[in-house]
Amino acid sequence: MSEPPEHPRRNRNSAWPPLAGLPLALLLILPLFALVAHVRPSRFLHDLLQPATLKAIVLSLATSVTTVILSVLFGTALAHCLARRQFPGQGILETLISLPMVLPPAVAGIALLLTFARGGWLGTTLATLGMEVVFTPLAVVIAQTFVSAPYYVKSATIGLANVSRSLEEAAALDGASPWQTFRDVTVPVAWRALVGGAVLCWARALGEFGATIIFAGNYPGRTQTMPLAIYIGFQIDPDQALALAAVLLALSFALLMAIRLSFSQILP
Amino acid sequence: MTNWQKIALASVVGLSGCGRSAAPPGKLQVFAAASLAEPFTELGRRYEAAHPGVSITFNFAGSNVLRLQIEQHAPADVFASANEAQMKALLDGGLVNSDSVRVFAGNRLTIIVPSSNPAHVVAFADLAKPGLKLVAADKAVPAGAYFEKLLERAAARTEYGNSFSSAVLANIRSREENVEAVVTKVRLGVADAGIAYQSDLHGSAGAFLTGIDIPPDINPPAEYPIATIAHGDAPELARDFESFVLSPEGQSILAAHDFLMTPTK
Repeated sequence: MSEPPEHPRRNRNSAWPPLAGLPLALLLILPLFALVAHVRPSRFLHDLLQPATLKAIVLSLATSVTTVILSVLFGTALAHCLARRQFPGQGILETLISLPMVLPPAVAGIALLLTFARGGWLGTTLATLGMEVVFTPLAVVIAQTFVSAPYYVKSATIGLANVSRSLEEAAALDGASPWQTFRDVTVPVAWRALVGGAVLCWARALGEFGATIIFAGNYPGRTQTMPLAIYIGFQIDPDQALALAAVLLALSFALLMAIRLSFSQILP
Repeated sequence: MTNWQKIALASVVGLSGCGRSAAPPGKLQVFAAASLAEPFTELGRRYEAAHPGVSITFNFAGSNVLRLQIEQHAPADVFASANEAQMKALLDGGLVNSDSVRVFAGNRLTIIVPSSNPAHVVAFADLAKPGLKLVAADKAVPAGAYFEKLLERAAARTEYGNSFSSAVLANIRSREENVEAVVTKVRLGVADAGIAYQSDLHGSAGAFLTGIDIPPDINPPAEYPIATIAHGDAPELARDFESFVLSPEGQSILAAHDFLMTPTK
């Protein structure tokens, strides 16, 4: 699907022998099977139905979906600006926005704490408004957005920049409003990059651990997401942690697979 | 981080390969609870100074993490735990030498507040103040387990009672993964109060914190057991280092870091 028709797939004389990718594929897949293989089926349901486990699943889904919605909403605006406009310092801004992707999550957590804690830059203002961020589900969303929105912005910027200007201008000439042009021309053309970026963003948000435990803390039902529950649980009850890890794996697999399938339907 | 440590440790084993049993006798690996970092670093320095040719490497982490690492046969010679539970698990698994297990230090929980004390916490009873932002360690780590015990004891007392304990629980904003994270949150002023060890007030964060005593009759004694590892490379050196920790000199170093010298049991 990614190869143009004039270059059909060749099995012979390929630059890379077909098995050259095997070591990496094994490394990526084997640990996942090891994890699933160690889940005890007899206890799986029991472990899964523990209140703390269910709370972690609900919280993880709710916060990561919120993160994706926020990232797509504001990230598209930001990406559109970066892709369509030219302004001084653009390169520096783009690099700064990408920085959270390379920061160790612990550093992200500390940075957020210093921003939102009492006495922090925003924390003081928020406190006078009676708003507390640290140790709340909002802190979880902020931590996830901080580390995962850049994946969406990056992908969306590239996607939007690749939409040809003449296509949009043609739509405008036909009388489409800027918003109609964006909705009916730009988005469908950049669709793959937008959805791909959103999926990466969601995946990163769902797995977020380091920034969350430092910035949002760990409290069942409030800030204890699945990765936190797995980490803490592994030290008390490894079986329960394994059950939760398997759920996280299954959820991620189902969503990535569903998006893949719907992709091949929309874009043959 | 812990996985990385495990991988790093595993690669150390792998690199030394067949020569593992022939490791130089002057090298000692000490696995110690995170709360022991400061006194043990000093103990190690003193021991090295007194024993030229001996080099000690420390691995400081939560006792539970260290236990998992030892169970995976990470190269360790001595284990110093922040509670009995982790040591008992290793003892039951035959991973530490049973005749070497000793309690070498004690500690007590204390309430810590930022020096500015924004919530005006002055006594143990204030932990139940409505709206107080309290952080404690998770039950998975010793400090959190002792805190649970403390609340149980308070609930059984008429002057506190069940309603007191549930009010304190309702004030908990976060159950941190280790006691150092509790200290940091309070130091940064994110929390009004935290539950940590008395020895934490001695550490580098102590200057920013004030300690408020917990009534000693309900404050569960924390005991730190030490033992030599059954699969260790340097058994004699390990025993000698343990003796040094238990010696008057070792005990005075621990006491200087606000650990209780005479174990409470």
